[in-house]
Amino acid sequence: MWTSIKGKVLKTAFIDTLPILAAYIILGMGFGVLMSDAGYPLFFVLLMSIVIFAGSMQYVAVSLLAAKASPATALLMTFLVNARHLFYGLSMLERYENTGKVKPYLIFGLTDETYSLVCSQPHVKNENRTAYFFTVTLLNHLYWIAGGAIGNVLGSALPFNSKGIEFSMTALFTVIFLEQWKETKDHAPALIGIAATAVSRIVFGSEHFLIAAMIIIAVSLLLLLSRRKEDEHFA
Amino acid sequence: MPDSHDFILVAVIAVGTAATRFLPFLLFPANKKRPRWLLRLSNVLPAASIAMLVVYCLKDVFVTEIQGFLPEVISLAVVALLHLWKRQSLLSIGGGTICYMILVQQVF
Repeated sequence: MWTSIKGKVLKTAFIDTLPILAAYIILGMGFGVLMSDAGYPLFFVLLMSIVIFAGSMQYVAVSLLAAKASPATALLMTFLVNARHLFYGLSMLERYENTGKVKPYLIFGLTDETYSLVCSQPHVKNENRTAYFFTVTLLNHLYWIAGGAIGNVLGSALPFNSKGIEFSMTALFTVIFLEQWKETKDHAPALIGIAATAVSRIVFGSEHFLIAAMIIIAVSLLLLLSRRKEDEHFA
Repeated sequence: MPDSHDFILVAVIAVGTAATRFLPFLLFPANKKRPRWLLRLSNVLPAASIAMLVVYCLKDVFVTEIQGFLPEVISLAVVALLHLWKRQSLLSIGGGTICYMILVQQVF
């Protein structure tokens, strides 16, 4: 019985993470190639993907390593690049509440892509939720580690032209956006998210707009909630 | 080969990344009563965050040339139409991604 439940959760998690498998292998390979060009061996690539597990930050890390940046600079860059994770933790406070022993690992592995799968109502039974959260996080972590290793050892040569495959992330987030849109009548948060991010991108340029977007989103959502009565339920 | 400075940088980046993920849980631990506004905020944050991620993925589109935005616009439309039609996530994501790959490799 126990194994059949686990098998079912594994199957659901694997199917849900397929788009992430495609993108993480390719993006991980890109990271592995950059690291091998910079002269770093496989064990160091594995170490980074295991202990950092943050895609865009690991790309930035390659330049920080090459420049022999100071630890203080590296820390500041890490906070700037990864500040968006604060939103993920804030959204998951309740949902990750009773996840027991695996809770630290779930929080550690809260990448954009993992978050996108766990932040909605998962389509698994309540008693299997923790197993689902854990399996999704672990699979994504393994895809990312594997991508980096493949890129570092074999280089970027693939038997097919993979240009554009990273669009699977955009498509994944879009599908989750549509699902969330259908699940609620309250579209104000989604519209605030789009407007704040788009305006910030136009005003501040493509490099450093995300923190501005986050501040606008947080302030707008808090204002919106303060104008609504406590008992109003849009869900 | 990596030297000791490389290991220090990786440690700093790993700790910094984990900090951005753990901070909300450390600030608002489970054993303390969480303020009402926080719980209400955490209910609306997923929708806003996913919207933010969609736009973030499109941050490098540009409108000065047609190939700067048309592959994205067409492929997003394919994702949305497939999803409204069949509501099969993998089909919508796979179809949109293959469409995008064909457009950037063969057409534009």
